[in-house]
Amino acid sequence: MTIEARFALQQGEFRLDVDLTLPGEGVTVIYGTSGAGKSTLLRCVAGLERAAQGALSVNGAEWQREGLFLPVHRRPLGVVFQEASLFPHLSGAGNLRYGLQRTPAHERRIAWDEVVQLLDIEPLLARYPQTYSGGERQRIALARALLASPQLLLLDEPLAALDDARKAEILPFLEQLRARFAVPMLYVTHSLREVARLADYLVLLEAGRVVAQGPLQSVLSRLDLPLAAAEDAGVVIEAEVAEHDTQWHLSRLIFSGGSLWVARCAEPVGSRLRCRVLARDVSLARERNEQSSIVNLLQADVVELAPTDSPAHVLVRLDANGTSLLARITCQSQARLGVQPGERFWLQIKSVALLR
Amino acid sequence: MLSAEDLTALWVTLQLAAVSTVLLLLLATPLAWWLSQTAARGRVLVEALVTLPLVLPPTVLGFYLLLLLGPEGAVGGTLERIGVGHLAFSFSGLVVGSMVYSLPFVVQPLQNAFAATGARLFDVAATLRASPLDRFLTIALPLARRGYLTAAVLAFAHTLGEFGVIIMLGGNIPGETRVASIAIYNHVESLDYGAAHALALTLVVLSLSLLTLVYAVNRRARAVGVPG
Repeated sequence: MTIEARFALQQGEFRLDVDLTLPGEGVTVIYGTSGAGKSTLLRCVAGLERAAQGALSVNGAEWQREGLFLPVHRRPLGVVFQEASLFPHLSGAGNLRYGLQRTPAHERRIAWDEVVQLLDIEPLLARYPQTYSGGERQRIALARALLASPQLLLLDEPLAALDDARKAEILPFLEQLRARFAVPMLYVTHSLREVARLADYLVLLEAGRVVAQGPLQSVLSRLDLPLAAAEDAGVVIEAEVAEHDTQWHLSRLIFSGGSLWVARCAEPVGSRLRCRVLARDVSLARERNEQSSIVNLLQADVVELAPTDSPAHVLVRLDANGTSLLARITCQSQARLGVQPGERFWLQIKSVALLR
Repeated sequence: MLSAEDLTALWVTLQLAAVSTVLLLLLATPLAWWLSQTAARGRVLVEALVTLPLVLPPTVLGFYLLLLLGPEGAVGGTLERIGVGHLAFSFSGLVVGSMVYSLPFVVQPLQNAFAATGARLFDVAATLRASPLDRFLTIALPLARRGYLTAAVLAFAHTLGEFGVIIMLGGNIPGETRVASIAIYNHVESLDYGAAHALALTLVVLSLSLLTLVYAVNRRARAVGVPG
């Protein structure tokens, strides 16, 4: 099951030219700076750019090709825009019903009660959008899109207009959507934090072209991309909670490369979590150093090196039994320790951020 | 107070205002919608044409309408040939005249109301499976309701005060084309100031009440935050 999208669109000076084959499930994040064409790409998929040439098929259904252009209202999709675009003359419930009523009964797969409960919007239904906070608006917008039982959910920077507290309020809902409803999502953002937290598959867009695409971990650990040179370059690790240490208030997570201790988390043993390890929080040592405050020590082999945005630093990609990790070290250390591909080192990981 | 003739004139005026307002709202809707959505080059010319009745002397409008709608005119002549009869010196002719005369008062509020809604909401409605007509009926129209109220009241009140166009189109047939403003003019001509006063004051009160209503509704809508 795949989403195949090929588009060419000229808008003044800007040209979008993409050819993508994306997984037909999970969350595909389209990442890029502003002006890279992310939103334009999403509008092409939605059918909102009539001038776009190309082809689009979503899990076998053809939405566009030469001689065929399914108009927006005939495409079974849902869109959530950056500014919640709720209908101001309809109540919360009226907004939710708008798409639901226009979805033929046999296509309805997503139940009202389930959506209302999941997004916790019961108290909002009788009120009008003018009285909502930013976060409430986005939850209603999400619910409205879901109730049209979309085959594809498009999210255009849905959190960009919210402050950090509101973002933190919405993110768990988005994760639950991914878990509860089997709706593939295309998620546009310029926030690496949202990428790390939500993406299964990542597409990097730059000036209207695809620079890289692939499963999240493999794209994040590539050294030849602008992502790696950035100050907050890092990898995302999928790990499982192995044990809780009640005495020291720590939890142990295991992944292919070993185990990591983090501050005690609430998730029960056996649950899967994502955590992010930034390259600047990883240092390298020849010997296992027990005389240090750093608790997370892993062994890994150097795979390759690449320059960073600073002449003083070099970025090292290492392989810890199948899991890629990045370390940002000074060039001086690299020379002193002889960091070369094939060499094995101890990684000292200063900080692991749980993504939730 | 008002004589039977004056009451008839007032009745003709109200009928004329009501009929032309309703027809104008219907006909101006697609025009205002098109003007609010299009980027076509011809738009500027159409906007200028729509605004023209605002600046032309009503006698100029009435004169050309008389030529157009009369028995020799392009429209009147055609109607004559198919047996309907030309439109000069008739109530129907006045309706056409009033519609042209009040066109800018209807198109502009509607166009502004449609434009204020913005493309985003229509895009969203499309993604929620609403067809173009569905989007227009369920999003554009309800959100433009204040524009409709303003347009309706302005057109109605404006037609109440119409004089130049009507006199050019032959508006002095009692019960058919003699409207209140013509009746007032007749009273003044015959130096019957008392009768002129009664009818004039009636128009003032009527117009003032209508305009107060619009401002009150708009103000209330703003106060409770209902858009459109």
